[in-house]
Amino acid sequence: MMSRTKQLMLLNRLVQAIPIMILATFLVFSLLQLVPGDVAITIAGENASEKRIQEIRELYGLNQPFLVQYGNWLVNAVQGDFGESLLSGEPVLETISRVFPNTLFIVAYAVLLSVVIGVPLGIMASSRPNSKLDGAIMGASSLGVAVPNFWLGMVLVSLFALTWNWFPATGFTSPGESFTSAIWFATLPAIALCTNGIAEVARQLRSSLVEIHSSQHVRTLHAKGLSPGAILWKHGLKNVSVNLLTVISLLFNKALAATVVVETVFAIPGMGNTIVKAVLEGDFPVVQGAVLAMVITVILVNLVTDLLYTVLDPRIQQV
Amino acid sequence: MLVASNEQASGFDARPAGSPAEAGQSTNASVTPILDVRGLSISFRGRDGITHVTRDVSFTVAPGERVGVVGESGCGKSVTGLSLLRLLPERTAIIDGEIRFDGRDLMSMRPKEVRAIRGRDISMIFQEPMTALDPVFTVGQQLVETLRTHYPVPPAEARERAIQALKDVGIPSPETRVDEYPHQFSGGMRQRVMIAMALICKPKLIIADEPTTALDVTVQAQIIDLLTELSENTGAALLFITHDLGVVAETCSRMITMYAGEVVETSPVDDVLRRPGHPYTSGLLRSLPRLSDRGGRLPFIPGRVPSPNAMPEGCRFQARCPHASEGCERYQTMTEIDRQRHARCHKATQLKLEGAV
Repeated sequence: MMSRTKQLMLLNRLVQAIPIMILATFLVFSLLQLVPGDVAITIAGENASEKRIQEIRELYGLNQPFLVQYGNWLVNAVQGDFGESLLSGEPVLETISRVFPNTLFIVAYAVLLSVVIGVPLGIMASSRPNSKLDGAIMGASSLGVAVPNFWLGMVLVSLFALTWNWFPATGFTSPGESFTSAIWFATLPAIALCTNGIAEVARQLRSSLVEIHSSQHVRTLHAKGLSPGAILWKHGLKNVSVNLLTVISLLFNKALAATVVVETVFAIPGMGNTIVKAVLEGDFPVVQGAVLAMVITVILVNLVTDLLYTVLDPRIQQV
Repeated sequence: MLVASNEQASGFDARPAGSPAEAGQSTNASVTPILDVRGLSISFRGRDGITHVTRDVSFTVAPGERVGVVGESGCGKSVTGLSLLRLLPERTAIIDGEIRFDGRDLMSMRPKEVRAIRGRDISMIFQEPMTALDPVFTVGQQLVETLRTHYPVPPAEARERAIQALKDVGIPSPETRVDEYPHQFSGGMRQRVMIAMALICKPKLIIADEPTTALDVTVQAQIIDLLTELSENTGAALLFITHDLGVVAETCSRMITMYAGEVVETSPVDDVLRRPGHPYTSGLLRSLPRLSDRGGRLPFIPGRVPSPNAMPEGCRFQARCPHASEGCERYQTMTEIDRQRHARCHKATQLKLEGAV
């Protein structure tokens, strides 16, 4: 099974994750204080008396000092109690388990598209560096990096959904309910999310492969009588796999962040949408829970990436 | 000025040492050479036009023969070595001339045919053992791959062969080291792995391009002994590209001296050490430090190798040559000193040059 050094490393990383989670939730909680509006007024509804608002403040502990409020939340969270939405009363864990799969589905879809499209483009560009094909692919990928995904999202909606009616403009089916329907709803958002990813995968793969192809050990492979195909698919890709993995994990994290915007454009009931809504309403238990879930996801992705490094490159012993 | 077309090559008839008949006489009677290079001119296409790197290089290697190619850095030794396996970048290298291996013309072969020869019939050992192996595959995988690229050997048997190959090159406990990665080996051990890989298909010719330059002095001797021993045992011919004349003296039977992209002398090692035929060879030999001459000044060759873009007319060594005189401004052909010795110098038969012995 896992070697002792790897077990220790894993433990080490999990311990390191704790302060990161505390810091992230604390920062977000602090920032929430700056958001205008008062959740107590929202809860009390229109025309509520000052006394009623005051009661609500006391009920939810909103009148306590900010640090005490955070402390209370933390103590409960450590015990697994993430509270309920101040507005809907839905337990935060339920909200997250309802919306997070949707977000993960779109992000995974986008990352998959990035790899499936980006890898062949990168390989094509690297096969003849500085050729016209290379120039075209690299030029297009510069554009791909530069295009903001919310803008692309709106263009996609107006073309493919509103003009041609190929895909739905907004809405979502959760993948658990109907996978094909989920794919259909998620395609436009995933495309909006993956353009940067395609471009980054293609660029990174191209430059890594060009470097590998001019390396001394590839010359040895040619001298051994290997075909260009064997050199590319067996040795080339394994050599660049660490770089590729780095790009993919960064992409995943970036896409996760970008869902905040893209889910709003496509009106998808996902984490991004939920966070935006909760922030605007000052529904801090939801914000805290959602942020924590995102942070844990990013930490896990990074951990898995680091573990995969040691599998892909024997020179990497520990992380 | 340096257009090295085939016509020119034959016009100047600059390959007396290269003809099969003579090579046969000089080494092993009535044996056709395993490698026959004729009029090989290599240029590179670059941004600033074409750079001519070698001109009209001709030589032969007989089966089982060990031939040393010597010369300063930048005189075209390595490029010549790489061209023999057609490993130069196809998009930039312009190669003119003939390379015959085992009677077949390597230059006109299709890529697939060349690949079948690479690693199986001709294998190559490079200068930098630290970077010449793929870092993400075990040495065993790389050895097995070489074998299985050329022969339909079942995996288990290939692994046994790989272990045996590591044993043959003197790697201790090969059964466990076969599963280790290149970074777990020292420089000398990696070069042993490279040698094991070069020999695993039992090639007819091994091209060793400065195989010891990057190694410690103590390891150098071991590697050279190993190469010599293994090529002797397997009957493989060895083309030893080096700037270390001591190595050539020890291991090779014939020496080819290159200067500024040209072969300037070919001669049996014993003869050339005693009485070189070209002033450049003499200069190289005299520059060897000798323990008996401690305290004296080390002779050296003044000046440097002319750059490929500024080659002088006529003899390319004339600016640095202590014997330069009238006639050196003309193009120099290979002059026969005796049957086995040729030098690219019109005064080769008159000069009495100092050797190393």
